[in-house]
Amino acid sequence: MTVKDTNDRGAVLDIRRLTVDFDTPTGTVKAVRGVDISVSKGETVAIVGESGSGKSQTMMAAMGLLAENGRTKGEVLYRGDDILGLPAKRLNRIRGAKITMIFQEPMTSLDPLYTIERQLCEPMVEHGGYSWSAAKKRALELLQLVQIPSPEGKLKGYPHELSGGQRQRVMIAMSLANDPDVLIADEPTTALDVTTQARILELLADLQKRLGMAVVFITHDLGIVRQIADRVYVMKDGEVVEEGEAESLLTSPKHPYTKMLLDAEPEGRKDAVPDNRPIVLEGQKLSVAFDIGGGFLKAPQVLKAVDDVTLTVREGQTLGIVGESGSGKSTLGRALLQLLPHQGRVRFSGHDISNAGKREMRPLRREMQLVFQDPFGSLSPRMTVGQIVTEGLLVHEPGLSAKERDKRACKVLEEVSLDPVMRNRYPHEFSGGQRQRIAIARTMVLKPKLVVLDEPTSALDRTIQKQIVELLRKLQADHGLTYLFISHDLAVVRALADQVMVMQHGRIVEAGETEAIFEHPVKDYTRELIAAAWQNLEPISGN
Amino acid sequence: MARYILGRLLSAIPTLFLIVTISFFLIRVAPGGPFDLERPLEAKVMENLQRIYQLDKPLWQQYLLYLKSVASGDFGPSFYFRDFSINELFAASLPISIKLGASALLLALVAGGFMGMIAALRQNRSTDYAMMAAATIGVTIPNFVVAPLLTLFFGVWLGLLPVGGWNNGAAQNMILPIITLALPQIAVVARLTRGSMIEALRSNHVRTARAYGLSNYAVVVVHSLRGAILPVISYLGPAAAALLTGSVVIETIFGIPGVGRYFVQGALNRDYTLVMGTVVMVAVFVIVFNLIVDVLYALLDPRVRYD
Repeated sequence: MTVKDTNDRGAVLDIRRLTVDFDTPTGTVKAVRGVDISVSKGETVAIVGESGSGKSQTMMAAMGLLAENGRTKGEVLYRGDDILGLPAKRLNRIRGAKITMIFQEPMTSLDPLYTIERQLCEPMVEHGGYSWSAAKKRALELLQLVQIPSPEGKLKGYPHELSGGQRQRVMIAMSLANDPDVLIADEPTTALDVTTQARILELLADLQKRLGMAVVFITHDLGIVRQIADRVYVMKDGEVVEEGEAESLLTSPKHPYTKMLLDAEPEGRKDAVPDNRPIVLEGQKLSVAFDIGGGFLKAPQVLKAVDDVTLTVREGQTLGIVGESGSGKSTLGRALLQLLPHQGRVRFSGHDISNAGKREMRPLRREMQLVFQDPFGSLSPRMTVGQIVTEGLLVHEPGLSAKERDKRACKVLEEVSLDPVMRNRYPHEFSGGQRQRIAIARTMVLKPKLVVLDEPTSALDRTIQKQIVELLRKLQADHGLTYLFISHDLAVVRALADQVMVMQHGRIVEAGETEAIFEHPVKDYTRELIAAAWQNLEPISGN
Repeated sequence: MARYILGRLLSAIPTLFLIVTISFFLIRVAPGGPFDLERPLEAKVMENLQRIYQLDKPLWQQYLLYLKSVASGDFGPSFYFRDFSINELFAASLPISIKLGASALLLALVAGGFMGMIAALRQNRSTDYAMMAAATIGVTIPNFVVAPLLTLFFGVWLGLLPVGGWNNGAAQNMILPIITLALPQIAVVARLTRGSMIEALRSNHVRTARAYGLSNYAVVVVHSLRGAILPVISYLGPAAAALLTGSVVIETIFGIPGVGRYFVQGALNRDYTLVMGTVVMVAVFVIVFNLIVDVLYALLDPRVRYD
């Protein structure tokens, strides 16, 4: 692949001085403020930025996919013709045919009501002049091209029958159907597991080499940029703050924002905890099984989500539980907290709490808290932050006066670095990172011993992640907390955990001291995870 | 699927049994009887009547006798319409109610669905507001107001349509009752369709359809409307059961010999068998339409499976 000058006349897609404004009841939001981006044939351009930087809206505007209240200005030249603001009918000759897109959300980007075959064929029949029967033949070829196992069967299947990675492959197949000139990929791997992510990236790179289209890759992940991009645009607050060839930009960034992004890998390690601390949580031969079928006369089918797991966590320690989706790591966390029925023993601070009832658990609940992944869904939208944070006190310290509760709320909000003045606001007024701080404050107000953190940083930007990791470390040091840190993100786990446990299919693959696991992984699966996480370019086995 | 349907139909039997039992005893608890007229009958006549209709037997025996005849499909003689059996009454009136109700249902689905779809596509613009205002009016104005107004306007002033009567189901006699029946349903369907359609239009897979340059028809009808119609269908199940079993108000105002009148007449006259008959009829309709809804759901949404 050759890298071309930005001003090269050969640009397939050339965005000039593009602005995007959204009219909202509270005024105009300037999402994109005069952006110039161009991409040439065969080139991969990455647009990098954090959420809210306008990187997605730039491409959505170019494709005429903005929300109703969006307004655009500027030019979007496709092979020299301005396509910005064309009526849908004329724009439809280009989108889906010459410029195609894949999206961040593979789970919802396909229509759940139609077969894969039908959805793959639609753009071909619409634009490519295919008959339905010819399109069906080509659909099969496309699925083979994107390396979906048993493609014939998948064609007749529905989206919900496919995994996230497979759905993204279907989307890629769809994007290639009409031999496009430009493929816009909007965070196509963000919602996928690391190993799946690596395979999808490989597939995209390989397809581009073979088919020679231009690729615009929108991402927040600089690891991906390093791996696939020829040129990079860094966006912040609706503007391109830096652009250039990938290698030089990543090795010697000029703009402070780029430097900050590059610097946003979670840093530091946790101080070790002596082995003679009392054991806080102990699980012995834990198993959790779910009924997934069978019936009156059929043999019951059981899915072992957690299979014979034994673990010990000492006071002040962090146990990192690592695995991909479906590995049973969240289920394990819930079983340990007695939120799911399980087999095996669980001891908490010396008490046997295996399958304890609601009533017996209630006094202990205060000491074992849980923080969830989704900072948007896990805070009640109808309660103020102050109410959310102190709700637990109503149960565990019912004698507290409203004034005293309010005081506690202020104190704990300060502790998570939020302004206590904000306690009278509602969750939707906060960013994802702030919401996660609120969720952490909600647990801290009860002064727990053990906190189970279920992917608390996964929905956040890297720079925010870094701050949350630092906050968690500080709280742990200040209060002698014990963490169970569940994550698929190895960089974060490495920065937080004393011990790491790698899970796959409900079993422990490998467990041990954090550094030992990361420096000298023994099992292939662990190696694969580590390789994928740090975007190593060495070939990944088992494709 | 066939197994599922069969299972559902079989499970309806205990439900119906419970309904029959409860309503049998409930109506008996109500004071008075079918032959308590304003001027009391002679004791001898009363005795004869009681014997003929087996009201002289102990209640549990009456109950068993009734169960037996219902099980064989016979709902017994009417106590009030002395020369008719319940089966005969229903055979004459139910088809009329079904015909009216089904037409109203179809009209509600088509007109309401269309209005809701247009409103969703023009969300927060004047068309949307106009449609939703009309829908609100449709829900809030009761049918006993709408019906006389329509009659007055189209029947009396314009003289276009007959003001009442069934006339063996002539088209012009059906128009006004159907419209009156359908209006509130149109309103509800329009609101439901609009809501789910707006959601569908914002969904990711519709964005995909747009990004792939599919025609407006494909985006709106194929990829949005099919999903958006699902909540409407779950509403229409019970609504259909109510519509097809007639409406007292509309049948009274338009003078239509439908089955809806029997709800009131049966209860007022303590016509035990007629009340029981209407209860069982409504129950059967509700059960059947819920089943139809569930089957339709499975046909429209591949994620729903009943295996």
